[in-house]
Amino acid sequence: MNKTLIAALAFVSLVFPASAESISDRVAPCLACHGERGTSATENTPSLGGQQAPYALIQLFMFREKLRVFEPMNEMAKSLTDDDLRTFSDFIAALPKPAPPADAADSARMARGETLAKQNRCNTCHNTDYSGKENVPRIANQREDYLAKTLAEYKDNSRHGYDATMADVMQTVGKDQIGELAYYLAHYR
Amino acid sequence: MPAISFASRRLLLAGAVFGAFTLSAVAQQPASPPAAPAAQPLPPGSPMIGRPDNEAAAKLAPVAPPPIPAAADKLPLAKLKVPAGFNIEVYASGMANARSLAQSDKGTVFVGSRLVDKVYAIADKDGKKSVKVIASGLYRPNGVAFKDGTLYIAELSKISKIEKIDDVLDNPPKPTLIYDKLPKDEAHGWKFIAIGPDNKLYVPVGQPGNNVLHDADHGQIRRINLDGSGAEVYAVGVRNTVGFDWNPETKQLYFTDNGRDWLSETVPEDELNRVTKAGEDFGAPFCYQGNIIDQELGWGKDCKNYTAPVGLMGPHTAALGMRFYTGSMFPKPYKNAIFVARHGSWNKSQKQGGDVVLVKLNKDGTVKSMEPFLTGFLEDNKYVGRPVDVMQLKDGSLLVSDDWNGAVYRITYGKQKVAAK
Repeated sequence: MNKTLIAALAFVSLVFPASAESISDRVAPCLACHGERGTSATENTPSLGGQQAPYALIQLFMFREKLRVFEPMNEMAKSLTDDDLRTFSDFIAALPKPAPPADAADSARMARGETLAKQNRCNTCHNTDYSGKENVPRIANQREDYLAKTLAEYKDNSRHGYDATMADVMQTVGKDQIGELAYYLAHYR
Repeated sequence: MPAISFASRRLLLAGAVFGAFTLSAVAQQPASPPAAPAAQPLPPGSPMIGRPDNEAAAKLAPVAPPPIPAAADKLPLAKLKVPAGFNIEVYASGMANARSLAQSDKGTVFVGSRLVDKVYAIADKDGKKSVKVIASGLYRPNGVAFKDGTLYIAELSKISKIEKIDDVLDNPPKPTLIYDKLPKDEAHGWKFIAIGPDNKLYVPVGQPGNNVLHDADHGQIRRINLDGSGAEVYAVGVRNTVGFDWNPETKQLYFTDNGRDWLSETVPEDELNRVTKAGEDFGAPFCYQGNIIDQELGWGKDCKNYTAPVGLMGPHTAALGMRFYTGSMFPKPYKNAIFVARHGSWNKSQKQGGDVVLVKLNKDGTVKSMEPFLTGFLEDNKYVGRPVDVMQLKDGSLLVSDDWNGAVYRITYGKQKVAAK
């Protein structure tokens, strides 16, 4: 993955000086990792398609301000203007949302994940179909590895949310349950 | 998944069935992950605690502001309404998540933030205002206070200071820690701070959740010396106060306190409280608004054992910053009245608050009346702005911060020189 990122970064530094480019030129380096059509095939890297624009805007802002730390993204976002952030988040929201994995999900794991999701009332903020709303992200059919990584980061407080909701919610979710939640949300239909 | 029923009994039943199902699966496949426990309490800080199981309630969740401050020409200034004779203008903009306000003796205005990492200064040089970031990399630096040349900053769990701040606005040093014996809870962990007439710094520690029992380090207002020493608890039974000030006549501390969520659409109301002696107990989480015993935690308790609020500020309205008006620019009836910024509700189907109200007091310090002062932030049940703090400038005009737009407005009375755009 790192090679791709370095390549993408090199590409960014090459193309950014020319500011008259079209949005599709400008997002090309983003999509190189995050997936051409909104669905990521890159390990630990989220699909962006159908993401809530206000959420995407908050994340891009946090990357730019280093409130969310992930070096490649901090580097990517560092020179973006407020208008750039809005343009990119609107573009992301308009990409097709990721589809559920084609393979049939393990029904026992799905049941366990569903129970956990209901116990923790994920559907209150993330919407009843986990499509998210406003500043709360779409998590339905997100990459399973990324979901698990993110939940773990919220749990050990290495990822600070914009507000503190996820840190609080994750306090009582066991490490072993994170995998079940991620599996369920990734395979949600 | 259309219209999930929020009937928790059914969910719990389903959970139990799944649980039984998974147990046998585990027995057959030892490698598969462990089953979910049948019922698990929500974490103490969860905003979902106490949420009833119905669709209308399920639609309600805390509202987060946009991360980017609105451009000066996109501010909702034209929508904001003040009483006849008053004017409102933009004092400064471009400060993401502008929250609590403080002012130096030289007229510099300091602005804290909660969702970003910055403290701003609005410097005023010969009438020309400029916004500077004077501290960054801080964690939820909501609180700011100023005394004798020194700026005090309250982050989630520590207080620090920058001395001679007015001399170093362009090249400020990192803040110096003075006090960090504070819990690290996120829920109600951000702080408003202010310095009292006793020259002590008042520091609240909220209750770590919507409606929770807690240890002796939470649910209170403390005061400490300005060097961080001598901490003592000044008031208890405080759920989450994000604004206070001292009555200029009696020197008594008045503070707003936010009532619990999910009890109902109409109660409890947020409180305006008055401390008449150190150590007073204001009831939370056992008694709210002076006359409601909490349905879960209040068993065996009696509201008469707690100090009742002097005023009720509306249900879920999030009464935050408040200051007594001591200036002479506004008409006489405003003298020693209290301006209260109500951030606006999230835990209510029809939003309420999102304004600045004027609270007038009786001679004995109790509340005589409450009336709207600055309105227009709420439009079609959505916020176009959210007031957080109020502060009187030396000329008697009033500043209002807006964390939704990252701006500070100034309200004046009478014919004013129109400030430069």
